[in-house]
Parts: sequence; structure tokens; C-alpha cells
Amino acid sequence: MSTRRSPWLTFVSIGVYIFLYAPILVLILFSFNASRTNVTFEGVITQFGPNPPANTSLVTQSACGPFHWFCVLFNNREVVAAARNTLTIALISTICSTIIGTMAALALQRYSFPFKGFSELSLYIPIVIPEIVMGIGILVLFSAVFRFLNGALGLDGDQRLGLGLWTVIISHIAFSVPFVTLVVRARLHGFDKAVEEAAMDLGANEWITFWRVTLPIITPGVLSGGLLAFTLSLDDFVITFFTNGPGSTTLPIYVYGLLRRIITPEVNALSTVWILLVLVVLMISQYLQSREAT
Amino acid sequence: MLAKLRDKDARRGLLLITPTMLWMIGLLIIPLILVVITSFGQRDPNGNVIYTFTLENYIRLAGISAEGFDPLYLNILTGSLLLAFQTTALVILIGYPLAYFVARAPLKQRNLLLFLILVPLWTNFVIRIYAWIMLLRKTGVINSLLGWLLGLVGIQFTPFDMYPSSGAVLVGMIYEFLPFMILPMYTSLEKIDPALYEAAADLGANAISTFFRVTLPLSAPGMVAGTILVFIPVMGTFIVSDILGGRTEILVGNLIQRQFLDARDPAFGSAASIILMVMTLAVTIFYARRFGFGDEVIAP
Repeated sequence: MSTRRSPWLTFVSIGVYIFLYAPILVLILFSFNASRTNVTFEGVITQFGPNPPANTSLVTQSACGPFHWFCVLFNNREVVAAARNTLTIALISTICSTIIGTMAALALQRYSFPFKGFSELSLYIPIVIPEIVMGIGILVLFSAVFRFLNGALGLDGDQRLGLGLWTVIISHIAFSVPFVTLVVRARLHGFDKAVEEAAMDLGANEWITFWRVTLPIITPGVLSGGLLAFTLSLDDFVITFFTNGPGSTTLPIYVYGLLRRIITPEVNALSTVWILLVLVVLMISQYLQSREAT
Repeated sequence: MLAKLRDKDARRGLLLITPTMLWMIGLLIIPLILVVITSFGQRDPNGNVIYTFTLENYIRLAGISAEGFDPLYLNILTGSLLLAFQTTALVILIGYPLAYFVARAPLKQRNLLLFLILVPLWTNFVIRIYAWIMLLRKTGVINSLLGWLLGLVGIQFTPFDMYPSSGAVLVGMIYEFLPFMILPMYTSLEKIDPALYEAAADLGANAISTFFRVTLPLSAPGMVAGTILVFIPVMGTFIVSDILGGRTEILVGNLIQRQFLDARDPAFGSAASIILMVMTLAVTIFYARRFGFGDEVIAP
């Protein structure tokens, strides 16, 4: 009885899945579009040959064939730089927020200390406050700090300190930490302290107990917390929008900039590459999780 | 002895929490206080903030000026609130059947079905909205498909422009935030013991009364958690309306963004963000008081 599914429920569910995937499929299809303006789909580029002049509206042949827009993409220095920025920011902020967030999870789950309630409450801030408010708050803070530093150090012109890669990284850590803490705490929640006590009874000191007993047990939680932080950072638009400066454009910011100019299928090619990368990462993480489960 | 142990505990705890608190205080709490202070400031002709104490920005938001009453900003605020309510309601309506479908699916299929809901979420916010332009515009995919389908049965079809429009913004919002509603709803639906359905059936309940008296009340925590996860970001988002709404579709997020980047009036922008924050907190607190915070779903 409980597994019986009414046909209309199945029908509606398939409809919702189509709704979820239609835009993505269209996005991928259009990255092979022969039309340079990308307003309508004019078919796939089928011919290999020398690249067409830049002023034709239809691309009938390309040195890369159907993958014309991917080649254009990889030769675009701005895109490559934005991709490098995105990954640098995501990697550094993930490592920092995973370490910091795991420490906080241990503190909150294990020890009682002054201001514990306040600490717990402050971790809810990014969940209940709209991102844009955090974004402009951090922008106001950074501008005040930079104005003060530039004044105090007497910096002028090109020397002046300003928004850049580091301001984005610091801000990304701020919104990732609460999520890492949440995930790691969930893992610590079901942790049997007797295992640690047993290790200590057998003569291990606290460090050895932590490295050889506690950490291996909470590793899955730490890894999924890290993965969450990584995707939050990759996907972030709002905070990055307010904290990036010259030379620290990320892919989402770059795409947003393109949308206000002329959109060529290059944006679609970029999206397609992005989707494939995400799928590969997801598959790897699923594979690792399933291996661990067995 | 015990006091000493506790002391050691306290020291350890403080040591471990310190980096997090540095970030929370330095990058969340201090910035929020700065926004509050800035909202009472004024702008100078260069777009810098003069820190004074004036309610001018809030009075301007309320639409009161020397020239009389102008509800421009009030309309933006109520418009954003309305859109957030609409989005949340529609996301529940669309997401509930799917969450139920996945929760009732055989265990083996469940992970795949969930995974399929998550994948779009990982393809980047901005890119997903861009995709809707290609679907909705006059020469877009939906119009072409409709034209082709109606052409098959011999009906003349004139394509209509769905982009940019307020409808497009609503569709974009629903699309962006649907997974955030489905996942917590799935979590609480999945926890319901199937024996309860059998018991309800044994006691003579039909499908409809089982739904309203068993399923719906037991899945309420997930709906509450999902509402908080959807309502708050929808209130503050400016990209969806920016890309799909054209220049005329202004939400409070757009208002704030423009004050900081185009209009260069951070003081007024800060006042608008304080109002935005107060509105979302008011709704969240009312909701949490009324229904609980959905804690079991948000914080496992």
C-alpha cells in the first residue's frame, strides 16, 4: 500500500523534472549553435575548415567543427583568468573554512565555555539574513578599512590598497564556516565518546587519540562539509559581486557582465563545460561515498 | 578537581571557537553594525558617507518629502514582499508532489531521484537564469515549440514575448529555489512511518483525509524549514529580476544594489537593507513562533 503510486503523482513528478532540466538541456544544445547572435537555434556547425570572418551572423564552418564555441572560449584570456580566480578562491576558502568550521564544531559539541550561546547564535546569522545585506556590510567594512589604511600608510595612486582576490577569499570563508560547522556537528552528534576513552585507557595521549581515533571517525563529515563549502564558493554571486575588485573577477561575475552585452554561444559553451565539471566532481564524490559505505 | 577540569574544558573550547568567532564578529557582526550606522548617515556630493544621525533616509524610503507623498519605494518593498510570498507558495505547490514521490519511491531509486534534483542546483545561479532567456524570449524555445505543435493541428500561432516581464522573474525565482524546498520536505516526508498510512486506511480514512490528517501535519516541519530557506533569499535577490525583468522590474535587492554601485548613495542603500532585514526577520520570527523553526530539518 505504501509503495503504491498514483499515476497523476508520477505524471506531475515527471513534469517537475522536465521543468528542472529543460533550461539546462537548452543551454547545452545552444552551445553548438551556428548562429552567432544566439537568438534562435540555427543548427549545429557541421563543417571543419578555416574560421569564418567575425562579421557573419552564421558560422557555417570552423577549425573546431561543432566545438567552435568551445575553442573560442578556451582562447579567451578573460575566461581563463576568471576560471583561475574562481578555483583559487574556492580552494583556499574551502581549506580555511573546513579547518576553522571543524574546530568550532568540536568546541560546540564537546566543551562548555563562556559565550557559547552567543557563538551558536552568531552561526545562524548567514542563514537568516539576506546575502545582499551581508554583501554590502562587508563592502562598507572593507572600504572603511582601506580608507583608513591608505591614509595611515600614506599610500597613493597605484599603491593604494583595495578590493581583490583576498577580500573575496576572506568573505567566502565567512559564509562557508557556519555550514561546515553544521555538517560536522551532525556527524559528531552520533559519536560514541567511549571509543576515545578506550584509546586513552590504552595509553594514547590526547593528540594521538585525536589523530588516530577522532579524526578518522569524523572525516566523512569533514569531507562533506568541505564539499559544501567548495560548491557554495563556486556558486557564489552576491558576496563576490560586492567584494571583488580589478583582477579578481570570477566566472559567475564574468557571465553576469556578458549578459549585459551581446551574448554569443560562447556563454553556453562555458556553461556546458561548467556543468560537465560539476557532474564529474559529483560522480567522484558519490563513488567515494559508496565505497566508504561498503 | 572538577572545577579544574571544567576550566581546562573552557580553555579548550574557547581556543577552538576563536577563529570562527573572529570571522563571525569581524565579517558578519561588525559589518551589520556598520550598515546600521551608515543608514543614519548622509551622502556628500562625491558619494561618500558623512556619519551623522539623521532619519532622512528612512523618511525618504517612506516616500515623504517636501514635494509630498510618493509611494515609489513603498511599492518596491511591498512588491518584493508579495513576490517572495508568491514564490514560496508556488514552490510548495510544485515541490510537494515531487518530494512525496521521491519519499515514497523504492529505496534503490530514491538516491538517484534526489541526485537528479540536486544536479541543476550545482550548475551556477547566473547561468541557470540565463538559460531562461533562451526559453522565454519571443524567438525562444517555448514559442518555437508551441508554434510547431499548433502548426501540426493547423492553428496559426503568433509568438508572444515572455521576456523580459514580471512573469519571467517569478518563473526564474521558482526555478532557482525549488530544490531548497523539495529537500527539507523530502527529509520530513521520508521519516513518516508507512505503518501510519496503513493504520489510517484500516481506520477507514480515504486518501484525501489521510493526506490532510496524517501526511500534511507530519511533513509540516520540512515545509517550515523550506520556507525559511526560500523566503529569505528571494527577498534579497537582485540578479533574477535584473536579468529576467528588464530595467522596469525593481525589487528591494535591485534598489540596494543600485544605491551602492550606480547611484552612489550608500547611506540610502543601507537604510533600504535595514528595512529588508527587518522585514525578513519579522516574517521568519513570526513563522518560527507559529510553527517552530523546523529545527530537526535545518540542524540535524
